[in-house]
Amino acid sequence: MIEPKRRLFLKATLAGSTLAIAVGAGLLTPTQVLAAWPKDAFNAKSVDDAIKGAYGSSSAAESGDIEITAPQIAENGAVVPVTIRSSMSDVESISVMIEKNGRPLGAEFRFTPRAKPMVSTRLKVAKSSNVIAVVKAGGKLYSASKEVKVTIGGCGG
Amino acid sequence: MAGKVKIRAKLKKGVAVVKSLMSHPMETGNRKDKKTGKKIPEHFIEVVDCQHNGETVLTAHLGASVSKNPYLSFEFAGANKGDTVKISWVDNKGETGSGEAKIK
Repeated sequence: MIEPKRRLFLKATLAGSTLAIAVGAGLLTPTQVLAAWPKDAFNAKSVDDAIKGAYGSSSAAESGDIEITAPQIAENGAVVPVTIRSSMSDVESISVMIEKNGRPLGAEFRFTPRAKPMVSTRLKVAKSSNVIAVVKAGGKLYSASKEVKVTIGGCGG
Repeated sequence: MAGKVKIRAKLKKGVAVVKSLMSHPMETGNRKDKKTGKKIPEHFIEVVDCQHNGETVLTAHLGASVSKNPYLSFEFAGANKGDTVKISWVDNKGETGSGEAKIK
């Protein structure tokens, strides 16, 4: 069994300089970076477990300071644009969950002080579901939710 | 070209607004190959590192629920025209990709 770093090196030499770019960009080694990915949160099958896995606790207070922009009715559940903005200060993290997806956690974003507390992406929504945003600000958790109805499901099923 | 990230970065009132598009299948592991009937294994970007002039401003942890060819838009303060934005990703197989652009 080839040792992981050597395997990555061999892959990189075949793939060109992408590994060098990643390492040069201060991304450390892929294995180190991947170790930081919150596996338990992403594998969780319920919203509560996903929040607990990401933040250590599942109690989030509902907040009107979180704005979720998403279509009320998504024509294509495979590509649903979602934007989350918060007007809170000291936002450390924003995560977005799709309640009825088999694994609700879609993404989790970690902000440095210079980053504005907003993020926009596109998610798969398997069936009509609440899209839930959880914001960690000033050490506390807040959440907001918006329903997205789907006419064609998003997980290739 | 595999692994390239397209980036558009503009300065709006001192805030850099970045829009990016990564090329990646983002397979959930649920989809079946139509010919073989077998499930296509999970293959998705896990970590995205967004840098401004070499300093990380945002880290994104993605799951397979992010749509194919992930789109990501974010904003950060303290930027100037001509500064460099670099976005690098690593997927669950350890494959990587990146791109960079100057703020306009």
